[in-house]
Amino acid sequence: MNIASKYISRVALLIILTFSLQGFSMSDPEKEAHVEATEGKINTKEGIDNYIKHHLKDSHDFHLYSYTNDAGEGKHIGFPLPVILWSSNGLVTFMSSEFHHDDNGQVIVNRGGSKFTKLHSVIYELDANATAISFDEHHHPENAHKPLDFSITKSVFGMLLAGLLMILGFRALASGYKKSPIPTGFARVLEPLVLYVRDEIARPNIGEKNYRKFMGFLLTVFFFIWVLNLLGLTPLGFNVTGQIAVTVCLALFTFLIVQFNGNKEYWKHIFWMPGVPVLMKIALIPVELLGILTKPFSLFVRLFANITAGHSVVMGIAALMILLKAQFGTVGATGISVFLTLFLTVIELLVAFLQAYIFTMLSSLFIGMAVAEHDHEHEHDAHGHEVADTEDVRADFI
Amino acid sequence: MDIFNDFPIGLFFMQAFILLILIALMVKFAWKPILNSLNERETGIADALAAAEKAKKEMQNITADSERLLQEARAERESMIKDAREIKDKMLADAKDQAKAEGDKMLANAQEAILSEKKAAVADIKNQVATLSVEIAEKVIKEQLANKDKQLQLVENMLGDIKLN
Repeated sequence: MNIASKYISRVALLIILTFSLQGFSMSDPEKEAHVEATEGKINTKEGIDNYIKHHLKDSHDFHLYSYTNDAGEGKHIGFPLPVILWSSNGLVTFMSSEFHHDDNGQVIVNRGGSKFTKLHSVIYELDANATAISFDEHHHPENAHKPLDFSITKSVFGMLLAGLLMILGFRALASGYKKSPIPTGFARVLEPLVLYVRDEIARPNIGEKNYRKFMGFLLTVFFFIWVLNLLGLTPLGFNVTGQIAVTVCLALFTFLIVQFNGNKEYWKHIFWMPGVPVLMKIALIPVELLGILTKPFSLFVRLFANITAGHSVVMGIAALMILLKAQFGTVGATGISVFLTLFLTVIELLVAFLQAYIFTMLSSLFIGMAVAEHDHEHEHDAHGHEVADTEDVRADFI
Repeated sequence: MDIFNDFPIGLFFMQAFILLILIALMVKFAWKPILNSLNERETGIADALAAAEKAKKEMQNITADSERLLQEARAERESMIKDAREIKDKMLADAKDQAKAEGDKMLANAQEAILSEKKAAVADIKNQVATLSVEIAEKVIKEQLANKDKQLQLVENMLGDIKLN
């Protein structure tokens, strides 16, 4: 219940934030030009909103921070990442530094016979005869389209980093067992986590008989999400698990695993629910089919919304430092901001674990429902109808 | 926030690709050896516990056995000591009895011997007294015939001689 209420409040927060951001997202060129002029210095409400929005999106270079030097020019600290595009003229690769930190479609990169430009963290390929990007009244580019973008973006970089950390950490744990059955050093921290996933998540939800088969996926996903959530809390500024594509992909894996491992009973419960009248059976088919889809949907929305909301709130609270300067003075505003940000970051630390746990737990629960053997005899009421036991209605509460 | 309009399909494929490879790598290099080791360790611990329990039971049995043996040994020693004491007492009593009997017998023999010696001595004395008496009487008679004083003196001398004997 606690988790549910937290989730609801998070979603509410996200909605509020989204709407509040929406007001500024209809940015007219003048405002954009203004932001451009004070590049590296963010001290307005619009600037902060844009900054947060920018952070929540994926980006093509690894940007740590910017500052304005004495000469008045904006400096960016970070490093470029490779851009890999499948354009209308085939595969094109170049470094993201080619865009010179432009994010408004001003810099055009000519590669492989195509012209590319970057607009709000999305790379567009200009139509063959166009020389500059032009926008329709909704500020959508009208003479450009999006190529397939397989770039090593910041999120992909984060995933690779998380994968590398996982492989290094758990290889150490695995090889440690060759020396002694008791792990030493950092492996000592990792072992209880592995045991936790196995004994508290996989075993009770999937069942003693089948759980082994799914351990690889569950363990990988658990640590992948957790490491990425934690990376998101570092000043490196990753927001990988807040990318809808990432959470959709994770949920899709669970979905496919559930469907491919569903046994006869599982499909029977969907297409011909036992123990109910025939008309009811037919009525239940669309409901059950919808249920198949809502499960992964809830998985990816939950993770995405939690992390996005967390990042938005923490960044928004951090921005109070600037926004409250007029009312509370520099020291007061900074104090309030630091205190609240610290508080929220600690909560986010918990959320980082919680979301990894919930994702893995629900995945194993769905897998468990698909592979469960209904060999147990249901209780029958006075009229000979089956009484649903807790296992059968469990899914309705998720 | 038109997240579905702007769905980054490229990122989606990259994620799927990375996740697949990561799962494969982790299963091969991490999860399989880790879970196998954990299982091995757990069965090892369970076996060790069972073995320890068994050993404990055996130990208890052995302790009970040795306790019993000790008890038996103690009882045996006790009975042996008792027997020995009895034998000793009996031997002592027997020896005493035997010695007494022997002593009695020797005493009886000695008394008998003394008695017979005495009888012999008395008989001897009787004989000698008779002989002496006869001799004395002979001499007395002889002396009497000569001198009355001398006869008396003679008797007295003879009696003195007898005393010396």
